[in-house]
Amino acid sequence: MNIHEYQAKDIFRRFGIPVPPGDVATSPDEAERIARAYGTGVVVKAQVHAGGRGKAGGVKLARTPADARAAAQQIIGMQIKGLTVPKVLVTPAADIASEAYAGIIVDRASKRAVYMVSPAGGIDIEEVAAKMPDRIMRLPVDPRYGLLPFEASRLGFFLYKENAKLAREAAKIMRQLWQAFTASGGSLAEINPLVVTTGGDLLALDAKMVIDDNELDRHPEIAALRDETAEDPSEVAARRANLTFIKLDGNVGCVVNGAGLAMATMDLVKYYGGEPANFLDIGGSSNPEKVVNALRIITRDPNVKAILFNIFGGITRTDDVANGIVAATRDTPLTVPMVIRLTGTNEEIAVQILQQHGFSAMTDMDEAVQKAVRLATGGKAA
Amino acid sequence: MSIFIDRNTKLVVQGITGRDGSFHAKQMLEYGTCVVAGVTPGKGGQKFENKVPIFDTVADAVAATGANTSVIYVPPPFAADAMMEAADSGISLVVCITEGVPVLDMTRVYPYVQDRKARLIGPNCPGLITPGVSKVGIIPGRICAAGNVGVVSRSGTLTYEVVYQLTRAGIGQTTCVGIGGDPINGTNFIDCLQAFEADPDTKAVAMMGEIGGTDEQQAAEFVRAHMTKPVVGFIAGQTAPPGRRMGHAGAIISGSAGTAAEKLDAFKAAGMGVAQRPADFVTLLQERL
Repeated sequence: MNIHEYQAKDIFRRFGIPVPPGDVATSPDEAERIARAYGTGVVVKAQVHAGGRGKAGGVKLARTPADARAAAQQIIGMQIKGLTVPKVLVTPAADIASEAYAGIIVDRASKRAVYMVSPAGGIDIEEVAAKMPDRIMRLPVDPRYGLLPFEASRLGFFLYKENAKLAREAAKIMRQLWQAFTASGGSLAEINPLVVTTGGDLLALDAKMVIDDNELDRHPEIAALRDETAEDPSEVAARRANLTFIKLDGNVGCVVNGAGLAMATMDLVKYYGGEPANFLDIGGSSNPEKVVNALRIITRDPNVKAILFNIFGGITRTDDVANGIVAATRDTPLTVPMVIRLTGTNEEIAVQILQQHGFSAMTDMDEAVQKAVRLATGGKAA
Repeated sequence: MSIFIDRNTKLVVQGITGRDGSFHAKQMLEYGTCVVAGVTPGKGGQKFENKVPIFDTVADAVAATGANTSVIYVPPPFAADAMMEAADSGISLVVCITEGVPVLDMTRVYPYVQDRKARLIGPNCPGLITPGVSKVGIIPGRICAAGNVGVVSRSGTLTYEVVYQLTRAGIGQTTCVGIGGDPINGTNFIDCLQAFEADPDTKAVAMMGEIGGTDEQQAAEFVRAHMTKPVVGFIAGQTAPPGRRMGHAGAIISGSAGTAAEKLDAFKAAGMGVAQRPADFVTLLQERL
């Protein structure tokens, strides 16, 4: 789960990491009021679950409250990478002497949480890693001990070699970041940039955290931070229905059981000259209700010109899926053609159910995908 | 022959009285798996289906039955503990089916299991099956047939799809292993490739990877350097957008890393067969057997 910068800063603050003050505005009026209260120049920052906010024009410096108002006017409601910006963070502008990077990620190769720090901050860390690998320190943390004090110190002195006071302060921030990361069930925690102000203080000017979805049950206070206004509405609906759904730009709507098969189905749509409209996994033990919800979400997308079911029944009973299809189309008949491929557990019953209601079913994945692509493109492809 | 499970597999089912555990314990018994024990704390002394003894702890189950393999169906918050309990009780193969185990839990489980010399498969995996001999997990037995192709995959239903197509084309399997879709798992592609290379009955390997991470790239390098048997690979997620988690916790392109294209290139560079779609496995394997 993504959380906003201001939410990550609240968490950081709770663990003692120095972050600048800031308030959230959902309207230009509010932004102006906040800027006036600070009485200084402010930065107005889009709060949106997408990277590259600055480049997209989602971060603006405002010298006066009127400027802040104008900036908020521009930013709230703008689109960044397909997502609408629901709110902005208004925060006093800082005078920056230098910028560094500090982050924790879960590294698949070492199977550990790993610190990455670099004195070359404020830019894309992947770029630093590619172009100046000696400017990054990577430090895997042994989960049995957590971040040890000497390790924190090593990170601090890597960042601020010439300044022992800053190095020690940075080491403290590294320890606090570990606390914030583990206590929140994070899969990523990032300070980019970590700045030294002209006054000589360390400050986490930007904050990013990603929370492991599998930790949310353990951390209800973090789960409560979810901002559905910042998400794609169809993805919100899918999550509520316990479906994994990702919207794409194509016109073949896909309903599949299992993530690997769902990806392979999308790929096969492309292979036969079509474009998938979505990734949708109805999960292992699907019940008819899930199929009803899945169809509802997919048919809401006006781009969808054909619907493709690809169900391999293992734990999933294909008759459950067939019943779901019948239930979903009983009240609201489909306006686009549908191709159903199912095989596996209770296949004979499923086919019977479908035939009784005027649907036909296929058993071969390739044939089904080709047919769906043909229908979606009006016979032009596949 | 086979890898990881065979006629000597003596299985304990952790969470045998739960909804998923009981359903699949029955399926495994019907398949002929030697299920010697179940574990549900507080239900020790009872019997499952009037024949399989239930114990309160894995240690009790091992002491009484000599179980050497465990399969875990407990809910996510307890799965990490269950994996560690199995490894600490002397189980040498721990298979965790549970989906939704927090990744920070796995950073602790992995070294713990390694220290105790146990092999962990999963979590978030369908388990494994040696057709006609033993099934540990949830792979449907009827889609498999005994033969000479080893199958290893990060996915569940995609594996079923491929195995089903292989079986229909008359290509049987030595063992099918689902290693799971999580970013941190116990057994990776290389572990399985190594085992298939050493298994005299396995003549070729089918490998299904997906976007995210570098496990497939390293596996390709292993194939190039160490394998004498032909390997055919597939990558799911060629159409997946970057930065989005495609259902599996581990199926995500981070920045520019972990794309299908880079993995397929690694396969080609290693001289592997590359399946563009699941159906290609049949022809590519037929050519190589």
